[in-house]
Amino acid sequence: MSHAWTQNLLYLALLLSLAYPLGAYMARVLEGGRTFLHPILGPLERGLYRLMGLREDDEMGWKAYAWSITLIKFLGLAAVFLLMKTQAALPLNPEHQGNVATGLSFNTAVSFITNTNWQAYSGETTLSYLTQMLGLTVQNFLSAATGIAVLMALVRGITRRSATGLGNAWVDLVRSTLYILLPLSFVFALFLVSQGVIQNLSAYLHTAGGQVLAMGPAASQIAIKMIGTNGGGFFGANAAHPFENSSPLSNFVQMLSILLIPAALCVTFGHMVKDRRQGWALLAAMTVLFVGALAVCTQAEVKGNPALDSLGVARVASLDQPGGNMEGKELRFGPGGSALWATATTAASSGSVNAMHDSFTPLGGLVPLWLMQLGEVVFGGVGSGLYGMLMFALVAVFIGGLMVGRTPEYLGKKVEAFEMKMASLAILLPCAAVLIGTAISVLVPAAVASVSNPGPHGFSQILYAWSSASNNNGSAFAGLNANTSFYNDGLAIAMLLGRFGVIWPVLALAGSLVKKKHTPESLGTLPTHTSLFVGVLIGVVFLVGALTFIPALALGPVAEHLTLRSIR
Amino acid sequence: MNLQIRPALFAFIALSALTGLAYPLGITGLARALFPHQAEGSLVHRDGQVIGSEWIGQSFTAPGDFWGRPSATVDAQGRPLPYNGANSGGSNLAPSNPDLRKAVQDRITALRIADPEATGPVPVDLVTASGSGLDPHISPASAFFQVHRVAVARGLDEATVRRLVAAHVEGPQWGVLGESRVNVLKLNLALDDQFGVNSQKSR
Repeated sequence: MSHAWTQNLLYLALLLSLAYPLGAYMARVLEGGRTFLHPILGPLERGLYRLMGLREDDEMGWKAYAWSITLIKFLGLAAVFLLMKTQAALPLNPEHQGNVATGLSFNTAVSFITNTNWQAYSGETTLSYLTQMLGLTVQNFLSAATGIAVLMALVRGITRRSATGLGNAWVDLVRSTLYILLPLSFVFALFLVSQGVIQNLSAYLHTAGGQVLAMGPAASQIAIKMIGTNGGGFFGANAAHPFENSSPLSNFVQMLSILLIPAALCVTFGHMVKDRRQGWALLAAMTVLFVGALAVCTQAEVKGNPALDSLGVARVASLDQPGGNMEGKELRFGPGGSALWATATTAASSGSVNAMHDSFTPLGGLVPLWLMQLGEVVFGGVGSGLYGMLMFALVAVFIGGLMVGRTPEYLGKKVEAFEMKMASLAILLPCAAVLIGTAISVLVPAAVASVSNPGPHGFSQILYAWSSASNNNGSAFAGLNANTSFYNDGLAIAMLLGRFGVIWPVLALAGSLVKKKHTPESLGTLPTHTSLFVGVLIGVVFLVGALTFIPALALGPVAEHLTLRSIR
Repeated sequence: MNLQIRPALFAFIALSALTGLAYPLGITGLARALFPHQAEGSLVHRDGQVIGSEWIGQSFTAPGDFWGRPSATVDAQGRPLPYNGANSGGSNLAPSNPDLRKAVQDRITALRIADPEATGPVPVDLVTASGSGLDPHISPASAFFQVHRVAVARGLDEATVRRLVAAHVEGPQWGVLGESRVNVLKLNLALDDQFGVNSQKSR
């Protein structure tokens, strides 16, 4: 077993064992129970509710819930946009970064409110510390909290019987932020600083030798960037930058933090539906898909680039060198630590990178591309991954129901025509945005001109950009020049569609489910905690992803892979 | 929808103040108190001056210094400026891009010219650009590959330099995390400290 796999297995073991206690804790918080943090944060929570003029038990129907989420997101959009347009005149700008162009400001604001964190700019050359803190860090918290809130509404839609209320969006947002995201980020940020990640408000440092070192309040933003599956880097090179991700240990813990909450939410789900096996089944399906993807990516990157063989390059790993594909990778992480990150970041909606995906081998790059195209349901984003996976679960019970000729049910709720329409919308809208956006791009000369690599890889760059934006990932084949009006505007539309085009159908579905009576289990019920169901669920995810995207993938990474040995 | 405007506004303002000001400023204060060295960038001082950061690689080009990995960073005008700590980034060259092959070929040629006796296979990390362009490390193999050149340029015994490199090898953290590596700045500083500053250096 290679060195990379030792790290991979340790990763999986720690992830799954941490998911259990955190999942139970989150269930308690989100159901309004008391925790060890309530004596400290309880007064703050109640103060916030008073300020907002609401009571904890105010209930919302699905439309009020959806409007609340949409309203606060668009307030965030306005705030980030205005901060970027006026940062030159605002404080905490020691480098005198100028105001940002309108197209780029709009794209960035959309990108951060939708949990995409696509970056058409480089942090250290564009943004003031105030914009990073008050603009981007805030959205990192809010977009993750939104994901958890929407998931809570869906869970209540499943568990409540003959009701209308889905809970209160503000209460869910406040509780997720105060008791989950903020404490985790707090501890994590200090840990990162201890490892060498910087945290200061100083001006850039000029060394005696003339090197300029970018500075800034990085650790506080990186902590929530990772925990909230946001992924927007403080620096241009994201987590490849040593000041953003210093030691191998900081790399390992940052990778864990990508999938920690998404995995734990499966456990939370099991607690809330009063049947823990349901959560384990979803977690099992995710883990199987993840391990398969990880195996392909690790193998491809550890093996390296055959196009360099005839030049006299040593790419076989030994005790003295990592070997493999090292272009665009940091030595301290190596191909193994980079492949694991790439798989985790695209299984989730993180999009942070510790290596340049554009320089991955064709098959190594295919894995992140395809994981995004699956809709990021393999663990997925905070909240969004699980509600995405639940859409696939509904499709799976529907297909199962068709096979045995019964009305399909999920956890005691009948799945009927309206639910299927909403689930299909939530699954297919991002897919459509990817394919249509890519198709338009290859027809528009200005869009093709942004491509930086020749051949099939150029097509992969375009496909990657649309897959990333439409699924709110944010990672990139970064050679593509995305800071053009075509991509700034087009990808912003894709990001909005990928977020709100999923949130609204999911909440509408929750609103429909919550009204339904509980259907008692019968002989015709397909149990949804068995390994059979896990298999069906994996099959459905796999089939939708394969049928939709294999033609496009064949034109990009697969074609590139087949030509690699003939590069001269 | 109208009913939700007031809570939306107040929630946004309050949560912004909490997560966008109180939290990052609080972490800044605590970081300064608990980990002042790391929070400011793990800076390296010589003769009362800041000469760099232990986490940020530098462009070493003198034959008597160990060289870091190729860096694809550029200046504000987009011209190559290796190890520009104010503008991180990689080459983003695809494995199938002929430019990557050509760049690697040129780097190998440069290494062979700098040391005609280094004829063995070149470790891949020494001829490929890092993701950040600021990688502070090279692999132990890449350091050993350069020992002969450095020893000749400094007029030192090869075995002495080799021992110094071996002493600077950091294994995977906790035995499993990450890769074995050598910090190039620390290694070059150790050479300077033990054997005098390299007269040909251009730092």
